[in-house]
Amino acid sequence: MMKETRTILSTTNLTVGYKDKKETKPVLSNLNLNLEKGKLTCLLGTNGAGKSTLMRTIGGIQKPLEGEVFMQGKPIRSIDAKSLSKQLSLVLTDRIAPGNLTVYALVSLGRFPYTSWLGTLSQKDKNIIFRAMEATGILEFANKHIGELSDGERQKVMIARTLAQDTEVIFLDEPTAHLDLPNRMEIFHLLRALAVDSDKAILLTTHELDMALANADHLWLINQNKSIDSGLPEDLVLNGLLEEAFQRDQLQFDYELGTFKRTSNQKKTKVKLEGDMILKRWTRSALERAGYEITPDSSDIEIKISGSLKAPLWHLNYNDTTYKTIQELLIQLNNQ
Amino acid sequence: MNTITQGKRLRAKSLTLLGLMLIVLFLLDIGLGSVRIPVSDVIKTLLGQQIDNSGWQGIILKIRLPRAVTAILAGAALSLGGLQMQTLFRNPLAGPSVLGITAGASLGVAAVMLAAGTVTTTFSIRELGVDGSWLIIIASTLGAAMVLMLILGISFKIRDNVVMLIVGLMVANITIAVVSIWQFFSDPEQIQEYILWTFGSLGGVTNEQLGALAIIVLTGVILTFFLSKTLNALLLGEDYAQSMGLNVKWARVGIIATTSILAGAITGFCGPIGFVGIAVPHLSRSFLNTSDHRTLVPTCALVGGILMLVCDIISQVPGSQTVLPINAITALIGSPIVIWIIVKRKNLKASF
Repeated sequence: MMKETRTILSTTNLTVGYKDKKETKPVLSNLNLNLEKGKLTCLLGTNGAGKSTLMRTIGGIQKPLEGEVFMQGKPIRSIDAKSLSKQLSLVLTDRIAPGNLTVYALVSLGRFPYTSWLGTLSQKDKNIIFRAMEATGILEFANKHIGELSDGERQKVMIARTLAQDTEVIFLDEPTAHLDLPNRMEIFHLLRALAVDSDKAILLTTHELDMALANADHLWLINQNKSIDSGLPEDLVLNGLLEEAFQRDQLQFDYELGTFKRTSNQKKTKVKLEGDMILKRWTRSALERAGYEITPDSSDIEIKISGSLKAPLWHLNYNDTTYKTIQELLIQLNNQ
Repeated sequence: MNTITQGKRLRAKSLTLLGLMLIVLFLLDIGLGSVRIPVSDVIKTLLGQQIDNSGWQGIILKIRLPRAVTAILAGAALSLGGLQMQTLFRNPLAGPSVLGITAGASLGVAAVMLAAGTVTTTFSIRELGVDGSWLIIIASTLGAAMVLMLILGISFKIRDNVVMLIVGLMVANITIAVVSIWQFFSDPEQIQEYILWTFGSLGGVTNEQLGALAIIVLTGVILTFFLSKTLNALLLGEDYAQSMGLNVKWARVGIIATTSILAGAITGFCGPIGFVGIAVPHLSRSFLNTSDHRTLVPTCALVGGILMLVCDIISQVPGSQTVLPINAITALIGSPIVIWIIVKRKNLKASF
């Protein structure tokens, strides 16, 4: 069955950037992008690549230099602030800290476009706020003050506020920037679940490659030509566009691990590695950091890993010795 | 969710308590002074009943009642001005006096007093009729609005709040400098009047002028209450407010207009009263532990009135003939209170 078009926000020949009296400074140009409902889209780019500028422009905060942004087929500049606020909500990078505001009060600010002049909440508003807090798992903090929350909890509160604003499109600028790994994963999973379950179009910016690759349904990748490649994350990995976008001297994309590695021009000692997959992966990581190159061919140095995951043993061929930790193994190799 | 209704009940309780405090202090303020009048006689007079001492009746109705009402109006107006400035600039140090609004109002008043003074020899606010009082209100409001517009214009260029505050202080200094130069070239008599005005006084407002002042302040209070929702949205900063559909430009204009009217009118009549505008919003937020302006607006108005009544009672030095300048008392009484609150409750610093 053919589905109706899922695109909710699109751009045509968009150029974003800054303009002052003397000159125009385009940051990103030639953008023809589509944002789809029910998907988590990640805008991935290095620091200073123009992620925030693009987000501010398609969010209607900043004017485009060229081209047009369409929200449900209508040019975004023709939509008044009040109508737009019912279609698009934001989580920005500014760390807000109104210390005396309770979590409940902050989330209920999301109802701003819908409430009367005094901002009185109707039962319907209250239900929506309740559901937003439930979906983000912050009900237990409802009466805490923002100042008492951790960064991760605070970010969830800001997401709950966008849910209370009840928009089909949500933009988040670097939502996981100051968070530790468990919190980052939680936020990404939460956003993905929201996109899929409530059929929202969620766009977030990030510079964290691993997070974007693991969680994005769709990737907008800022490339070296100051434009954007768009596609499924895995497709962008395999056709080499991802590596190209992050291309730096001495950086190489590891297609097996899905991360970038430092390379150096120095000639490296080659090591052959055999054994259990997981043990091999971590041994390899340690050896590569220490400046060895892993080769599938036979080599002067060959290491066989045996034993169980809990009690592994590393056997070195040239001195026929077995080691209990990678550290001991490396000391032997370096002393050679 | 039960705790939220509990919060509402607490809010109603606090507002009732503050209202009662205001009434008690209002009666005390009328009763205390160089001549001590029993509170029962004060109540009788206010209710329109005759009391034995007709002299007291005159003192109450002609001098002390306008004075006490002015105190409440001034406290409420300056507190609400401070509240709006603090939220707009998202800065706990903002207030009508810090951002030069009071200085602007002073310039307006100086313009009327010193310029008009050169034409008519004795010209003081106290001798102005109702028309004159409107002139002073308009002059001081325009002066306040002028400085605020300037600050607002600069604030479009500067997003950093601390820098904005420094700019505000500098603009205030420039305004004060202009007034100084004007004073330098004026006659000593006019300068004396102006200097007396800068000490601040709640007693200079006559019954007729009080009507004009009350209308202005009440309008300002109502406007501020209408702006509660806007102010709440601005708590998250202008970008968020805009993304929630708020027209930020008009919101700024509305807040600045209301603040200039409130601070301008009071400064015109009572002189530049410092401190109240900064302190009361903090006290209110701290006591009720909320940032919701629908609660803060009435609370600030009440706390501001209470604080000014207390300061007025002290400035009268009950039982003596001396009257101290109200400006000195607000700072002398208020500063220790604020320090005490900061030390006692630690939620003050994280208001923004």
